[in-house]
Amino acid sequence: MTSETIFVSSTFREPEPPPVSDRGPVRWVRAHLLGTVPQVLLTLFGLWLLYVVVPPLVQFFLVDAVWSGTNRTACLPADVGHPVGACWPFIWAKINQLIYGFYPAGERWRVNVVYALGALLLLPLVLQQVPYKRLNAIAFFGVYPVVAFVLLTGGNFQLRHFLLGYLGFDALFPRVAPGVSVSWVFWTDYVLSSVLLAALAGGIARVVAGPDAVRGAVRTVATIMVPLALVLLAVDVNFGLEPVETRLWGGLLVTLVIAVSGITVSLPFGILLALGRRSSVPLVKICSILFIEFWRGVPVITVLFFATYMLPLFLPDGMTIDGLLRALVGVALFASAYMAEVVRGGLQAIPKGQYEGAMAVGLRYGPMMRLVVLPQALKLVIPGIVNNFIGLFKDTTLVLIVSIFDLLGAMRAAFTDPNWATPTTLFTGFGFAGLIYFVFCFGMSRYSMALEKRLDRAQRH
Amino acid sequence: MKRILLAAAGLLSLVGVAHASTLDEVKARGALNCGVSQGLPGFSSPNDKNEWTGFDVDFCRAVAAAIFNDPTKVKFTPLSAKDRFTALTSGAIDLLSRNTTWTMSRDTTLGFNFAGVTYYDGQGFLVRKSLGLKGSKELEGASICVQTGTSNELNVGDYFRANNMKYREVIAFATLDETVKAYESGRCDVFTSDKSQLAAVRLKLTNPADHVLLPETISKEPLGPLVRHGDDQWFDLVKWTYFALLDAEELGVTSKNVGEMVNSANPEVKRLLGTDGKYGEGIGLTADWVVRIVKATGNYGEIYDRNVGPSTPLGIERGLNNLWNHGGIQYGMPVR
Amino acid sequence: MSDARLSDPALGRRRWSWTDPKLRSSVIQIVLGLVLVWLVWSFYANAQGNLSRLGIASGFGFLEDRAGFAISQTLIPYNENMSYGRAFLVGLLNTLLVAFLGVILATILGFLVGVARLSKNVVIKALASAYVEVTRNLPPLFQILFWYLAVLAALPTPRQSWGVGLQPLFGALGSGLSAIGLGFLGAPLSAFAADLGAPAVFINNRGLMMPKPIFGEGSGLILAALVLALVVSFLIARWARKRREATGAQFPVFWSSLGLIIVLPLIAAALVGFPVHMDVPHLRGFNFQGGLSVIPEFVALLLALSTYTAGFIAEIVRSGILAVSKGQSEAAHSLGLRTGPTLRLVIIPQAMRVIVPPLTSQYLNLTKNSSLGVAVGYPDLFAIFAGTTLNQTGQAIEIIAMTMAVYLAISIVTSLIMGWYNKRVALVER
Repeated sequence: MTSETIFVSSTFREPEPPPVSDRGPVRWVRAHLLGTVPQVLLTLFGLWLLYVVVPPLVQFFLVDAVWSGTNRTACLPADVGHPVGACWPFIWAKINQLIYGFYPAGERWRVNVVYALGALLLLPLVLQQVPYKRLNAIAFFGVYPVVAFVLLTGGNFQLRHFLLGYLGFDALFPRVAPGVSVSWVFWTDYVLSSVLLAALAGGIARVVAGPDAVRGAVRTVATIMVPLALVLLAVDVNFGLEPVETRLWGGLLVTLVIAVSGITVSLPFGILLALGRRSSVPLVKICSILFIEFWRGVPVITVLFFATYMLPLFLPDGMTIDGLLRALVGVALFASAYMAEVVRGGLQAIPKGQYEGAMAVGLRYGPMMRLVVLPQALKLVIPGIVNNFIGLFKDTTLVLIVSIFDLLGAMRAAFTDPNWATPTTLFTGFGFAGLIYFVFCFGMSRYSMALEKRLDRAQRH
Repeated sequence: MKRILLAAAGLLSLVGVAHASTLDEVKARGALNCGVSQGLPGFSSPNDKNEWTGFDVDFCRAVAAAIFNDPTKVKFTPLSAKDRFTALTSGAIDLLSRNTTWTMSRDTTLGFNFAGVTYYDGQGFLVRKSLGLKGSKELEGASICVQTGTSNELNVGDYFRANNMKYREVIAFATLDETVKAYESGRCDVFTSDKSQLAAVRLKLTNPADHVLLPETISKEPLGPLVRHGDDQWFDLVKWTYFALLDAEELGVTSKNVGEMVNSANPEVKRLLGTDGKYGEGIGLTADWVVRIVKATGNYGEIYDRNVGPSTPLGIERGLNNLWNHGGIQYGMPVR
Repeated sequence: MSDARLSDPALGRRRWSWTDPKLRSSVIQIVLGLVLVWLVWSFYANAQGNLSRLGIASGFGFLEDRAGFAISQTLIPYNENMSYGRAFLVGLLNTLLVAFLGVILATILGFLVGVARLSKNVVIKALASAYVEVTRNLPPLFQILFWYLAVLAALPTPRQSWGVGLQPLFGALGSGLSAIGLGFLGAPLSAFAADLGAPAVFINNRGLMMPKPIFGEGSGLILAALVLALVVSFLIARWARKRREATGAQFPVFWSSLGLIIVLPLIAAALVGFPVHMDVPHLRGFNFQGGLSVIPEFVALLLALSTYTAGFIAEIVRSGILAVSKGQSEAAHSLGLRTGPTLRLVIIPQAMRVIVPPLTSQYLNLTKNSSLGVAVGYPDLFAIFAGTTLNQTGQAIEIIAMTMAVYLAISIVTSLIMGWYNKRVALVER
């Protein structure tokens, strides 16, 4: 730059006076509200906006609101005799539909148990002071979904066959087992399949890695098959609960089911995908990148459409998947892809020295990741995971487009009831549904921010 | 990645596959899965006790009665116009009984078989009374609401073109509820659909008296139940359930007198009710299948009168849907 | 990775070992490859079997077939006799239109709110924070439905349309003045309003009706003048920048360009005798005819998408500005720069580096979210193609694949452009 640049003052300016302290009410007002003419105008504009927005809202939702009634006449200004605001009896009339959908009235206690159990397990998990975090996390992410699943659907799935039966060895197993509530065929098949798998894994390990590896291989098979057996058992046993089909579910129930199962499925899959994306094995890396970028690049509703309308075409003839489950598959697909990117951020933040240190003490890939890298990385990205969950919670509304009635869908269905057709029904419904969404999302975002601050402090020491 | 795929493969194996005929599947399941519309008074709508009722619903019940001798063994799946075909294609339902128009492309390239025309209908227009319209020729410049994925959506353009008229816009919505809501809020001047549906929708509006149906019928809308391609026995069963309902009406067999009619000497009645010959076995059922149907739901006329006939809120005259020997075009094929 | 062998007791003996990274890598790849091949093959075989069993047609031949359905908003000529391929184009353009306008509105609103959140004025700051919290914590679909069902549907019917223009304004003013006893002022105003003629812009529950300019003979010259003005403005901007960098002298680029862009086409129009006339919308029968109309589905979608995304952009802008250290603005001030140039020349260029990457993903989110228009009947790509066309033809695989491909392509192109921009503004470090 040349010396004539006009940005530079040609004369030395007088030093400015020291900054005025903004302590004290008058000075505070001058600094924050009425310092200069534009400041005053801005303040007036802000106050005018507040005046335009807030009093009418209070007027509508509280002052002029109707609080009781049995049908639309309670909320029609002509019948009431004064201007009518929110029509709350509409919400009271539809509240069961909004919370449970068409879940049979006699069975709603099961939904309540699921809600209560979820809250009971989640509360200690998010509060920092409560001990037994690990146990709590296992209970929430491992046990709770199974319990909730059995309670909500009624369980008692008559499992037909496992691997061997699928391959066509059905005839080998005993058909009838009177007096036992589990499906005998399935469990014979399961035990035999597990033993065969363990033997197969042991054999391969022996050939590839020598006799020392057999134990490890068998143990790996066992760690997969035993918990799977417990889950399947819970699903298979007849607890005497009335089965409730998923198309009777609706409202907040569906919203929460989709959000919670989305997060529990996407967490492990997202971690695997993130590890895959950073893997040194080329094919694994390419597959992970393609998977992640594909599902992140298309709108969520096309994913749901894909799961709802295209998936059935890709499955063998005669095989059907429940409508809600199909939507859940779609949610799991995109939620995993988004989660993978969050986890990858955490993995990248771990210094290389951690990896090198782990390798130096002789850890292999699995233990290195499990014991050294992931615990640090996941801790770093907890706020990111919570933010991801907020996004997922908001995206649950999209199942409305594939004809599943979540909270917003149930509300929209309620709008069509001619018994409650009044000029203010729509605003009341949107106000109520908006409040629920806001409370959930705002609460979570505050939690995530608090967490971020705490982790930040912990990082700095 | 590998583990994901393995888990996916494992899951697939869990869901289970069965290659049985539709009838065997239905019998094994113990219930018929029937697709109906999401709430159309007179055709399929849940009543106060949350039971499904209506014309389309009763047809499902007739099929269930033929198979199980129990009209309650039906699981109803409410479907939007948009989702109905995928649901049938994917096997989520065995039978779609949801005021669906029989068209050539649906019958062929979409992969379905129509079992018959249970209701002869035509497309019409619903408008506000305050517009003072006399007929659909006065609809020049109108904004029109229509449900997407229906044959109505295709007819409306052709009708305006054929009559040298121009509409202002056609707004297509994904579900019936959305379409009706848009019409009611004044987004459009006209709501077009099958006349039976318009009559039902009108009842759901806040003030039915403010709205009128225009007299013209602009298209042929033969509505009927349909099944997937690929299972002829199931197709026959559904088709003959429909014929049996018509034959029963023609021969005077009703839900009240079916007990006595079993002893009738009329050879046609004997063949229909299975006291002569075993025609029911041709569709995988027993000889007395029609007795079960008529006991459960009544004959075609009874179903019609109960749900949409002149004595119901819809109040639709039989018209084309009368039997062939009463001035209509409903014609049941003979059982022999 | 020789450490793996160090832990191996059988050190030195060459044998197949699972701890050998090369071997492990190839085994994993072979297994994964096999699983992938099996998966793709079984999907393919199942789809083939299902399609042939159901007799569903396949291939892209359907794109040539007559569509037969009407579309409520078309940017290019379209009628029922045109093909599904044409309908696809119409839908794509509708998606691009709402995405493009949405991005512009969201950026303007987002920057305003983001700066407002940093304001010293507590009232403005609180309002901006409230805006951000409310819009970010409500699902976008909820907001779209709210605008469409609750707000826009409550507008008056065509016969009671709100006219927008000077006439209703003066008319209202006149009658207002007369009402409070100032008849001597109100009466002439009302009379003046009556002289102005009916308003040309209307708002009702069918949307926004505006006059449509119809260009007659000689309009090409106006267009040419506009293009010329744009080119000259661009050249001026380049010249001014070069000169500023060389000498530091400023030139009013903005005002001169604006003048050019307005004056040149006006002169051209005057030369050819103003060949433009307006097609004014008018009430005929029960509905408006003529003019240009903006359908409420579009308005609801645009409003919801831009206000929703603006909440996120505001946060990005705020953190971007906060990321520029305070020393930078202090240094700029001490060099004698005023607040405006400090922001424009020092703060914003640096903040942009932090802002651009997350901003890109917000733009992409907005584009993807525009597919939610299907919920209110906005005829975008998704509604027309994955909705109506899918229903009429039943060819789910081809249609969903095409729809996904379009969105993927938009994503990739946007990422490429933003990547290029990002490289341009990136810090050049020594």
